Amino acid sequence: MINRLVFENLRHRKVRTGLSALSIGFQVTMILAIVGLSQGMLKDSADRAKGVGADIWVKPPSTSAIQLSSATMPEKMLDAFMLQPHVIRAVGSYTVPLSGLSTLTGIDYQKFTGLSGPFKFVEGGPFQGKFDVIVDRWYQETYHKGVGDTVKALEKEWHVCGVVEPGKLARMFVPLATLQDVMSNPGKVSQALLKLDNPKETFAVISALKVELPEYKIYSVEELVSQFSVENVPGLKAFINVIVGLSIIVGFLVVSLTMYTTVLERTREIGILKALGASPGDIMGILVRETLLLAAGGWFAGILLSFGANWAINHFVRASIQSVITPDWWPIVAAIAVVASLLGALYPGMRAARQDAIEALSYE
Amino acid sequence: MSDSIISVQDLRKVYRVGELDVAALRGANLEVPKGEFLAIVGPSGSGKSTLFYILGGLAKPTSGKVAVGGEDLASLTDSGRTRLRRSKVGFVFQRYNLLPTLTALGNIEIARYIAGRQTGPLDKSFLELLRLLRIENRLDHKPRALSGGEQQRVAIARALVNHPAILLADEPTGNLDTENATAVLDVLRDLNERLGQTILMITHNPEAAAYAHRTVRMRDGRVLDN
Repeated sequence: MINRLVFENLRHRKVRTGLSALSIGFQVTMILAIVGLSQGMLKDSADRAKGVGADIWVKPPSTSAIQLSSATMPEKMLDAFMLQPHVIRAVGSYTVPLSGLSTLTGIDYQKFTGLSGPFKFVEGGPFQGKFDVIVDRWYQETYHKGVGDTVKALEKEWHVCGVVEPGKLARMFVPLATLQDVMSNPGKVSQALLKLDNPKETFAVISALKVELPEYKIYSVEELVSQFSVENVPGLKAFINVIVGLSIIVGFLVVSLTMYTTVLERTREIGILKALGASPGDIMGILVRETLLLAAGGWFAGILLSFGANWAINHFVRASIQSVITPDWWPIVAAIAVVASLLGALYPGMRAARQDAIEALSYE
Repeated sequence: MSDSIISVQDLRKVYRVGELDVAALRGANLEVPKGEFLAIVGPSGSGKSTLFYILGGLAKPTSGKVAVGGEDLASLTDSGRTRLRRSKVGFVFQRYNLLPTLTALGNIEIARYIAGRQTGPLDKSFLELLRLLRIENRLDHKPRALSGGEQQRVAIARALVNHPAILLADEPTGNLDTENATAVLDVLRDLNERLGQTILMITHNPEAAAYAHRTVRMRDGRVLDN
């Protein structure tokens, strides 16, 4: 019976109920979108790292597995790597950060495709000229640049010669030598990608390399991929926590305001219920149930909205940022929505529960 | 009087308004036998409503003795008065005071639920009461779809669903036209005569008071002719 009253109360004020649930929904979406973005971008980076096909990655000192860095190492080291037992290919790549999260990656086309297999061209083909650039399909879809178009980067104009399927190391490839020239950094690469004759020897080779290059960061592909997690991106975990905190505050304020208005508007009804023998606990219980329904509605709306946000990100700006749906966070955001909403309902609920019945009955 | 269902002796109630103490009841005495239909009349500010609220367990007396169905209200805690409202008292208000979001039946059922957490079909005698009140075909309607008279009859049904010892009616015809007022008063008298329901009715209207067995007048916080 109380449930029917709660349901009818919410139904009675459809617009307010809808807007309140939607506000909680946006709070839920905000969290899911941030988490989805974080995990999506890390997954994309991990997928591209795996797509290279190297067994071992060597990075210069003072770099990390996943952070962009301008540090370089001599290209000649590749020859030394080839002398290591089990190493059958050693390929250098040179990654230069551009604006935002985008990068330009220099490769030796023959050597790189020798390591990771041929590119799958959607249109066009390999480099023909010095200032040619190969972009991936996501880049093409986001920036509408295809073969024959020009891309400006590092104050140079690069001619798109090919569009490839995504999933290999980078989104924009240029000739290694050209990029070294442009950066005035000849003979340098930012990482070495090693292929072994037998992947089972990976750890033995890494151990040997670490003895010779103690300052260098040397990872197996599994180690590298495992580094692409929220915990390993400096500040990301804290950023997510800040968003969660803000969401709780927003949810708290929305529900607090809604319930406060509700209690004021229903002062007389609270008086009626008290005259019928409802205890303060009964009154509080009604508001708590209304709040929980709002939170549940908001949670559901938030998940639906997060699918929309996910689609929009992956449809319109996929080259820059990527998003994934994170069902493992649905119970967490449900708890957040419930906690924030209950906190918001606390003061209005207590006010209603303590409301003097006679005053409430004479409320106009 | 041992057969009184309501017994009020030297009842006083002082309200604090700002920095002033306002005496609403100044030693009221009243005895109401079981099964009586009593009208209470008096000018505004005479203490009628305060007496009504104290008898209904909505306000706590400042001093004096007041018992409803043998229960001493002066010694009751807040939760004790809540329990009293559930089991021994039914209210009918001038402004009907139905919950607008529930149907007529929902309003009746919520009172039953609050009183005893009962759900399920209404008992046969109560269905008979609904027929007596002529609202048995209006139960699925929300208050806004009911006339004033119908709303007040639903309020009476709600007040009686838990078989209270006393029915307290505060100006039950105050918002009704003559025809509907007569219908409601007929119903109250009928309930009293058929079911022996004890009724206390506050009214300004002498014609309404005439329906009662007895009329007492209040003035300045006292019952004049008990």
